[in-house]
Amino acid sequence: MSANLHPIYLVEEAVKLVAPFLADAQGHLLIPNNVLYAWAIMAGLFIVGWFASKKISMVPSGAQNFFEFLIGSLEDFVVTNMGENGRKVFPVLCTLFIFILCCNLCGMLPGGDSPTANVNTNAAMAVFVFLYYNFWGFKLHGIKYIKHFMGPFWWLAPLMFPIEVISHFARPLSLTLRLFGNIMGEDIVLALLFILAPVVSTLPMCFLFLLADCIQAFVFFMLTLVYLQGAFSEAH
Amino acid sequence: MRKGIMVVLSTIAMVAVSGVAFAADADPSVISMTSLATALGMALAAAGCGIGQGLGLKAACEGTARNPEASGKITVTMLVGLAMIESLAIYALVINLILLFANPFLG
Repeated sequence: MSANLHPIYLVEEAVKLVAPFLADAQGHLLIPNNVLYAWAIMAGLFIVGWFASKKISMVPSGAQNFFEFLIGSLEDFVVTNMGENGRKVFPVLCTLFIFILCCNLCGMLPGGDSPTANVNTNAAMAVFVFLYYNFWGFKLHGIKYIKHFMGPFWWLAPLMFPIEVISHFARPLSLTLRLFGNIMGEDIVLALLFILAPVVSTLPMCFLFLLADCIQAFVFFMLTLVYLQGAFSEAH
Repeated sequence: MRKGIMVVLSTIAMVAVSGVAFAADADPSVISMTSLATALGMALAAAGCGIGQGLGLKAACEGTARNPEASGKITVTMLVGLAMIESLAIYALVINLILLFANPFLG
């Protein structure tokens, strides 16, 4: 490739200016980019949330209105699909959705990098989801949660158990790879199109990828909801 | 049509097997086979994904045409289904990215 593309990440440059002791000999930060951007997005969400909840009024306006709309519609969706049990797990689900949405969109901003373009961020979230729904399964059903893995008949259990365990372990793997492949693929396609035809081809693709970001965040949220629903349900 | 597919696939198989006649596991052979594998694999994944998503989209359009009031729920279900089918093609893409940029057989 004749083009020499070196992306400039604004948060990374800012941290290098403010805290030069964090950079090693070649000038690269010791904190990886995805961790840095995840922390920056978390700080941003804390600040926005704090501003939105400072003055709560009966007739909402501005940031409070936007967040009421978002969280209200998500809660309706969760309760419609999961029943009243959904209210117990709704904060985790909503946090996952908003965090992943902001992570994905951060990659679209100039000078920004999406932490979800790195496999490690996604793997961390997927492992958390796996542990979380199994935690709820054991908490609600006790040791009888194992019956979820046994299949419909008791004599099928030795056959069904390995299959069910493998399929349950495939869930965090697929969550990770789906999110990683989508966001990394967007970055690569944008970089390649930029080499071919700088602005004309990348701008329309940006709109498609904005839509794909939102859909991927929603799919992660939806799959976590489905797994929690499976953990909440009664085994046969 | 089936005969055409058989002809194409057997040509590819013969070309692939003939690669072994060259120097054993030299770098050029690995690079060429990897390029062929990634391109072909991604094309097959995209074809299957296209067919699957097309069928899903067809059912969603028919459902909305029969019952325009339910179009919101149908659209949400369709989008989730499309994302799930797309993830299968994404798995192929991830394997290809690994083969192209972090090939374990090339140094």
